[in-house]
This record gives sequence, structure tokens and C-alpha cells, in this order.
Amino acid sequence: MTTSVAGTAGRTGGDPGRSGRAAGAESATRTRRRAFGAQPLGILFSAPYLIFIGVVFAYPIIFAVWMSFHDYFFTAPGAQVDRPFVGFDNYVTALTDPDVWRAFGNVGVFLLINVPLTVVLSILLATALDRAVRARTFFRVAFYVPYVTASVAVVAVWLFLFSNTGLVNNVLGPLAPNPSWLVNSALAMPTIALFVTWKGLGFYILLYLAALQNVPRELHESVSVDGGGRIRQFFAVTVPGVRPATFLVVLLSTITGANLFTEPYLLTSGGGPNGASTSPVLLIYQKGIEQQNPDVAAAIGVVLIIFVLVIALLQRRFVGREES
Amino acid sequence: MRSKIVTYCVLTVGALAFLFPFYYMIAGSLQTSPDTSIAGAFPHPSNLTVENYTAIDGRINLLQGLANSGIFTGGVILGTLVFGVLAGYALAVLKWRGRSATFALVLLVQVIPFQLLMIPLYVMIARDYGLSDSYLGMILPFFINSTAVVIFRQYFLQLPKELFDAARIDGANEFRLLWSVALPLVRPALLTAVLLTFIGPWNEFLWPFLITKDATMQPLAVSLANFISNIAASTTNPFGAMMAGAVVLAAPAVALFLIFQRYFTSNDLGSGVKG
Repeated sequence: MTTSVAGTAGRTGGDPGRSGRAAGAESATRTRRRAFGAQPLGILFSAPYLIFIGVVFAYPIIFAVWMSFHDYFFTAPGAQVDRPFVGFDNYVTALTDPDVWRAFGNVGVFLLINVPLTVVLSILLATALDRAVRARTFFRVAFYVPYVTASVAVVAVWLFLFSNTGLVNNVLGPLAPNPSWLVNSALAMPTIALFVTWKGLGFYILLYLAALQNVPRELHESVSVDGGGRIRQFFAVTVPGVRPATFLVVLLSTITGANLFTEPYLLTSGGGPNGASTSPVLLIYQKGIEQQNPDVAAAIGVVLIIFVLVIALLQRRFVGREES
Repeated sequence: MRSKIVTYCVLTVGALAFLFPFYYMIAGSLQTSPDTSIAGAFPHPSNLTVENYTAIDGRINLLQGLANSGIFTGGVILGTLVFGVLAGYALAVLKWRGRSATFALVLLVQVIPFQLLMIPLYVMIARDYGLSDSYLGMILPFFINSTAVVIFRQYFLQLPKELFDAARIDGANEFRLLWSVALPLVRPALLTAVLLTFIGPWNEFLWPFLITKDATMQPLAVSLANFISNIAASTTNPFGAMMAGAVVLAAPAVALFLIFQRYFTSNDLGSGVKG
């Protein structure tokens, strides 16, 4: 963009055809308009935000990719050290580590439970909420409360509820799993998936509720004239009608799920039992900060981005298409 | 009629599933000794106490944690209100080169998960800038909330163009226009954005956990997590103390949400994500 500014400025400077200060000022204004738009003050107003994005998003992303291709280690601030280019070494280290595969497998299990459950429950509750007349606000607030509460606080309650001698096991009596939920390697990840679904559902219900307002009422009526019941209406009209919202919910819950950290860190005390609930982000933390290998951790991060992108593209193909 | 009953059954089961853990949190925080039987969900008055609150306060300083969370959250809200409003105004009202690219960026940034930036940000902020154990280091990555920028833009867009043209003809400059014409008209947007921005840093765990090692600098979410994973086992009623801490951490956000719940409308949230 700088070159185009310089170009136009040069042209105005070399345009002696019109004389007089007024014409000069006018053409300068025009040039400025062409370069920065009618109200260049907008650039000034947005500058703090753009600088913020540059410092906190753009630069770190580039830095992470750079780090993943170099031998990077922590040093004392200001120390000048050589950080040689190592090609794909960090990626090889990451991808030959069985823990990394395990973590990605775990997040796969998590997504297989969390995403469908989120879609089904939130569309169901949003439809019910849309039909309700009485106590609408109460239900809306009730569904949304877990979403506004800190994970750390609700994790504490789930630890209490799902502990070995907790209320859930007492209610289940002889049906209680042994070992208990969070220390059982087959159940740890599903329990975390259930927790995250419960915690975030309110947000997705609101998204669906907004989408339901855009489904034309006449469609429901035409189905009911044809003799279709509520259930038929739901599948013939509501589900296809909120398809764009479904794509958004699937996408957002996948992104949130791929970034799981707090829950395995606290609910299963660091991805236990024996790594059965380790998530990639937890691994990034352990490898990058605890074990001081930020380069390998950055490589895992890049792999995670690619993993999420591939899933998102598949979802767009199968959920996001507009026809039907 | 039958479908109405089904509707309300579904809603009631949902509401119970969402609210019960909160009830159980409060009940558990007030029990002298944990009673995890089904009857224990309705504690007997003789089994009630506030000892759990003093117990956890003796191990982690709740007041200090609340103050740290408040400063962290306050800094983010301030940054979002000042610079987010400026950006939202520029995106909605002013015409300038790069405006649509900037707006695309605002939307893009929202789908980039923070966790992926964690290692480079940690290296930059904690190692290079030496900002670990400082409020500035905590606030920096969250300083301007992009969702709030979208909300501001949305509300400014709804204001009639003639209003701005008339004020400009009267010779008002853009700062004045923003401050005394536009801002007073978008008060609901300010409140919505403040509430939305509040829950982010108040509930945030990962980032402050990474950069605060000094207990006196930790926000409550971090010190409570620390208590859960390291300290709770050594108290007489570990779950009671944990529940007490959870209540203290959850209460401000839940209270604000309950008071201002009508500002959390689906449209605002939808626009925040969809643009």
C-alpha cells in the first residue's frame, strides 16, 4: 500500500497544469482521499486495535511457526544465542512421540462425543425454548448460567459430584463404574466431554434460538396442513432451516474442543489416569513450559492448527453445504 | 396440549441439569462434613457452617485473589471501552482505505484460539519483556476484546447517517461527534460489551496460570485451581473448602449476569460470532 501512496503523491507533485494555492490544496485533498479514503481519521482510530492484533496475534503466529523450524530454548533475557535452523526435526520429534498420538486420539474421542451431543441437545432445548411462552426468561437464564461461570469453579463441583464416593455414584448405587469416572481410563475423556458439553450448551442454545427466528412460520404450517406432526415438522422444517447455525455450532465446538486444557488439567489432575485424558494443549504446556522444549511444543501447536483446519474443511463439506 | 407438556418437561429437565450443580456447590460449601448421600443434597440445618470459607481463606487469600481478578478484568474492560469503541466507530461510521480488510481481521481473530498462541506469547511476555507476575503481562493478550468491537460496530451502524452529517456541518470534529453524539445513543451496547468482556478475563485460567507464579499476584481462578490440585487434600473438609472457593469465584460473574441478563440477547451474541 505504501508504494501506491508514493506513486500518487509523485504524480500530484509533477502536475503543474493547474496553478494557485486553492487548486493545489484541493488536489492534495483528493490525493489524500484516494490514498487513505474519505475519512483517514478512521486509520488513526483503528490504529491501537491494529497494533494490538499485530503484537498479540500476527507476530506470535509467525513466531510460533519460525520456532517450530529452529532449535529454540529458553535463555536469560537479553542473552544472544545461536538458534540454528533444524528443518523438520521438531516435527519428527513430536510425531514420533506416542504421547502426542495419544493426545490427538483423546481429542478425537472428545470431539466424537462432544460435538454431536452439543448439536442434538442445543437444537432440542432451543426448539423447546422457542415454543415456550411461560417462564421463558427463567429457562434462558438457567441454561446460560454455566457458560458465564468460571471453569475452575464448576470443575470443583464436578470433582465433588463425580468423586469415588460422590453423589453420582451414590445415586447409581451398584451401577457406579469401578474405578470411578475420572480415574477410569475408559471414562475419563467421556466425562470431560460431558462436562464441556454441559458448560458450553447455553451459548449454542442462544445461537440456535436466533437462527430459529429466521425459519419462516409458513413452512411449519404447510407441513401441519399436510398432516405432519410436531416431530415431522422438526425434521422437515426446523433441522434444515437452521443448517447454517448447525455448521457454526459444529465449527465453534470443534475449535473449543481442540483447545481443551483446564478440564484435563484439573478434573483428571493433568490428563490422567496414565495419559488417558491428555489433550494436545496440555501436552504443549507440559513439553513447552514444564520440560522447557518450546520448539517441539510449537511444532505440536502447528500440527494442531492443521488438524483443526482439516476437520473444519470436512465439516464444511458435509454440514455446511447450502443445498437441500 | 400434549406437545406443550413435552416442551415443558424437556425444559425443566434441562434447567435442573444446569442449575443443580450450582445448588450443590452452595450446599456443599456450607456443610460441616461432606455428606454425599442423596439425602445429603438437602443438608440438615445442624450440619451447616461457614467454617469452609474461613478454612480456604486461611490457605489462599480470597480477598487478594478477588482484587487481582478485579484489576485484571478492569484493565481489559478499560482497554476494550477506549480502543474498542474507537475501532468500532471507525469501522461503522468513517470511510477509509483498509476498512473492510480491518473488519475481516476482527472476525478472523475471533476464531484463532488463544491456546495456539500460548508458547510464543509466553516467550515474548514472560521471557523477553519480563512481564511475568505483573498485571500488565496478564492484561496484554486480552487488552481489546474483538467480539466487543463487532458489537460496537453493529450498534454504531444502526445510527442514522443524517445525524453525523448534520453535526459535521455544524463543525463538530470526529472526536466530539463520537463522544457527545454517538456514544450516548449506544449505551446498551456499552453495557452488553462490558458484561461480555467481563466474563472473559474473570474466568480465564490458562494465561494467568502461566505467567503468575507469585501467589500474591494470582487471580482467584488461578489460586483456586492451585488450591484444588495441591492444597485441598490437607484441609479437614477438602470438598467443603473447594466449594466455598468456587462460590466466591462464581458469585460476581453469576450475579452480574442475573442482574443484567436482558442485555445478553441472542442477537448480540449471534452478531458477535457471525459478524
